Amino acid sequence: MRNPLSETIVNIKPSGIRKFFDIVAEMNDPEVISLGVGEPDFDTPWHIRDEGIYSLEKGRTFYTSNAGLMELRREICNYLKRRFNVEYDPRKQVLITVGGSEAIDIGLRAILDPGDEVIIPQPCYVSYEPCTILAGGKPVIVNLKAENEFRLTAKELEDAITPKTKLLILPFPNNPTGAIMERNDLEAIAEVIIKHDLLVMSDEIYAELSYKEKHVTIAEIPGMKERTILINGFSKAYAMTGWRMGYVCGPDAIIEQMTKIHQFAIMCAPTTSQYAAIEALKNGDDDVEEMRRAYDQRRRYLVHEFREIGMDCFEPFGAFYVFPSIQRFNMTSDEFATRLLKDQKLAVVPGTAFGDCGEGFLRISYAYSIENLKKAMGRIRKFVETL
Amino acid sequence: MENIREAILTTIEKNSRIDLSELAIRLGVSEPDIANTLEELESEGVICGYHTMIDWDKTSIDKVSALIEVRVTPQREEGFDRIAERIYNYPEVNSVYLISGGYDLLVTLEGKSLKEVSQFVSDKLSTLDTVISTATHFILKRYKDHGTIMDTRTEDVREKVSP
Repeated sequence: MRNPLSETIVNIKPSGIRKFFDIVAEMNDPEVISLGVGEPDFDTPWHIRDEGIYSLEKGRTFYTSNAGLMELRREICNYLKRRFNVEYDPRKQVLITVGGSEAIDIGLRAILDPGDEVIIPQPCYVSYEPCTILAGGKPVIVNLKAENEFRLTAKELEDAITPKTKLLILPFPNNPTGAIMERNDLEAIAEVIIKHDLLVMSDEIYAELSYKEKHVTIAEIPGMKERTILINGFSKAYAMTGWRMGYVCGPDAIIEQMTKIHQFAIMCAPTTSQYAAIEALKNGDDDVEEMRRAYDQRRRYLVHEFREIGMDCFEPFGAFYVFPSIQRFNMTSDEFATRLLKDQKLAVVPGTAFGDCGEGFLRISYAYSIENLKKAMGRIRKFVETL
Repeated sequence: MENIREAILTTIEKNSRIDLSELAIRLGVSEPDIANTLEELESEGVICGYHTMIDWDKTSIDKVSALIEVRVTPQREEGFDRIAERIYNYPEVNSVYLISGGYDLLVTLEGKSLKEVSQFVSDKLSTLDTVISTATHFILKRYKDHGTIMDTRTEDVREKVSP
């Protein structure tokens, strides 16, 4: 029989997360505790769930328009104006997607032609590189540095640009490092982007989980809105991962093409989730703030603990991850994580799952209760003492 | 930055046993600042006590709780305060609230048995001069109290590792 598989797909490496997930699953040990998840521990606030249930009771079980419910798009525009001071037209500049992940995928497909280069700062979320390849683009990796607190500098960006560069992916607040980009960092990046006539895909799914100043979107920097594809969603801010609710805002022309792909591939985002999302935007501000404060306390606690144990850890100001260094133990991230799992039954994710330059680091999630974090830190402490 | 007093209050409202050094780390302020603020809050009467939530139903100790609606005749000059005071001074009374709507005072109280609670209502409460009527509701099951769900499921159903 002829080879049934696409060579492009076969050549894409499976996610490093997957590998670690399999090891944990194989152990199947109830004693194992994990700091390995990339989703909130909170339940979706009840009033939001209730609205989803109510929409089902009312029989709202049909497709919505391809771009999503108009009321939801309008609420998203109100929200973005209120929180981040950017204005979009709900009719032509917003598309509701199945999580932020779909927006990443179809955004790249709408923009890229074969050979176009996409600058991807790593460590970062696992899907940018494979989705770029699937869309025919060429990933150009920029290795971010711990000494810069894993922010992208204008110099690093400038050095990666070639005549074929079309797009920069800007994932801040960042998974896995917890790094943020502040206004002055973004202004420096914007200058380079405009100078070289590039586009930016800004993945701001963790925007609400910022612990220093309020998050700034690059779309708000003068001259940037027309070259920015802004991705956000409900998963992290409202603890709604399973609802699969994301959205993307951008220039009419790009959203129009993205909507075309979305229409053929997906049809529309889940209707129940769209109704719940309207409620989240209308009445969810307090829930977001309450969860943000809880994460903030856990973040301070973890940074303090890692420093106590003697593991270097820059203070992350975003998302729900800390990214401590293990360089002084003379082990790879993978070895460290594997031994920690075997010896102390604690699952964490090696930094290398998010790019080669994650070597020497671990991603520690604090989407867990303080009690769980304490238990886990006790195990890390014990493990480090044996080294 | 969130107001530090509010941050302390919302945190210890959920866990009053948290130690000062941990609270200091979690809120990003110094331990002496925490101690001073707590002292202030106590002396101002903002913090009125540090209690423990107990689900007595899970013990073999018998307890009965009741909510009692009380209608009273407000008194000249004192309004409801005087009668409220007469009621809250009984140690078996847990709480007394002045309520808007169909009745005036909501009294919650605890006793060892239905009989004990009924006796209190008929002997002590109903006989007070200004009390016009009472309606006693016994609590059959406590689902949630002070923001705590009594039978919580704490199982983490998330995948153990995810991107």
